[in-house]
Amino acid sequence: MFSYCADPKTLEGLMWLSCYITTVKHMSFYVSFLVVMGLISLAAPLAMAFGFAGAIASRSSIKVFRYLGKTYLAMIRGIPDIVFFLFIPIALDQAFEYLRHKVLCPEVTEAIRQGNDFVVCTAAKLPLSSASEWVHDFYGFSLALLAFGFVFGAFTGNVLLGAMSAVPKAQLETGEAFGFSPRQIFRRILLKQMWVYALPGLSNLWMILIKATPLLFLLGIEDIVYWAKELGGIKTGVYEYPHPDWRAWYFGVLLIFYLLLTYLSQLVFDKLTFRLSLGQATMAGKSN
Amino acid sequence: MSCLQTLSDYGLRSIGYGERLLPKADITLCEQFVLIGSGMIWNIYFAILALLLGFFLSTILALGKNSNFWLFSNFSRTFIFIFRGSPLFIQFFFAYELFVILPKLGVDLDLGFVTITLETRWFTKAWLGALIVLFFNTSAYAGEIFYGALRAVPSQDIESADAFGLTGIKKFRRIIWPTMLRLAWPSYTNEAIFMFHATTLVFFTGFPAWQQKGDAIYYASYFADKTFNPFVPYPIVGFYFILLTLVLIGLFSIINRYLNKHLPSQERKKLKINTHSLIR
Repeated sequence: MFSYCADPKTLEGLMWLSCYITTVKHMSFYVSFLVVMGLISLAAPLAMAFGFAGAIASRSSIKVFRYLGKTYLAMIRGIPDIVFFLFIPIALDQAFEYLRHKVLCPEVTEAIRQGNDFVVCTAAKLPLSSASEWVHDFYGFSLALLAFGFVFGAFTGNVLLGAMSAVPKAQLETGEAFGFSPRQIFRRILLKQMWVYALPGLSNLWMILIKATPLLFLLGIEDIVYWAKELGGIKTGVYEYPHPDWRAWYFGVLLIFYLLLTYLSQLVFDKLTFRLSLGQATMAGKSN
Repeated sequence: MSCLQTLSDYGLRSIGYGERLLPKADITLCEQFVLIGSGMIWNIYFAILALLLGFFLSTILALGKNSNFWLFSNFSRTFIFIFRGSPLFIQFFFAYELFVILPKLGVDLDLGFVTITLETRWFTKAWLGALIVLFFNTSAYAGEIFYGALRAVPSQDIESADAFGLTGIKKFRRIIWPTMLRLAWPSYTNEAIFMFHATTLVFFTGFPAWQQKGDAIYYASYFADKTFNPFVPYPIVGFYFILLTLVLIGLFSIINRYLNKHLPSQERKKLKINTHSLIR
């Protein structure tokens, strides 16, 4: 980074530190913070979409949709979500490869499951073994994102379903009295009013989403936890910047990063709650 | 090999009894069930001890957050914020690395009449180190729940206590504490379920499984690794967890009934199991 960093062995004190924290690996460490932020900001809308679909399906008048929706929303109650986080990426990966194998290599007649092995032809591998590094990273990230969307979608669905049933019945009946169709009632009355009831649950989920991001590490993605372990470990004299075991300090930095993130989110949500409850027929709405 | 044989070989494998070598090839469904079930011993151990110890610390933290004494109040607030505001996953990593750089040999505690040598190397073992993290974590979450309930204790109850001349510890133990517990119990039940499910994080984080003595998820991922088939071991973990979660809910609803028994039936608080993420 700096010109005086050419020979780190001769440096000392702050000069050494300034060179140390600007190495290429540290830059990847800083980028992984952005990856975490990116995951949060992509997973939130995805989970909203999944959750909305789940909530609507479980209120549907069509039996199949209703059972599917209810199963999706109920599934998350009894089973630790970490099981889903581990299970979904592998399952999705195998499902994609299986489908590609069936389409791309119809001539291969050998079974895909050979005992304990999962074998597909080379053309069906995802991503292709010839693909460049970033494609592998991107594929892993996308699978993780889908897993986050799926799990948090189920939580969001439960919150939205609760919010939908919290809208006062009289409001909906008024719509009926005015001759609105069920669709119109849903769109114009229910959907408009549910958000203030959903907000406490959604803000809680947002906090949990933030705190669930270190799970990326479990899915084999080079995230902040990976880099903290990598950079903090003992570096002997053969390295340019030798230092003892500093992992505790690196994890301390991560701890502070998350504390800041949750603290700032809390401030934003407090403001949002204040704004949304203005004019509402609730205790919070009356008091300001 | 019959399933009973497997049970006697691997039933207590996770705490170091029975067959040493894990099955490597031709893994049967029975072996998966038995070993994952054996791993559940650890999940139950962590959950029970963390919850029992956490129950007391969380009451202290709730009182602290409500206290007028600034040192006690600030300490409780900071403690709760740190453990609720950061991921449990990072807390595990941080604690483990911190325990690793603690002096290896042990610290001598001189108590004047007797000297105790604290074995710091135990902190890096899951049975103690991870337990401490889980204990502090559940204390912070439950502390916040109890604090909310403490603020919700009806003022008439406290006025009546004053009128009867109850003060200090007696007032707290006879009047405030039972009401606080009763109000907090539904949320606390959820917290207990989360804590139980959060025990699955232990062996994923810094804490190594010594001699392959791991928890349910540790063995499940071992089988998923060996068989390349996640569709069997993870649903088995799910099965065990659903079963034990039901037991937990049963126990907590018995206590809930006890806490509510003096109330007319329409005023009793019902247990309502919420859905929240179990990662925190």
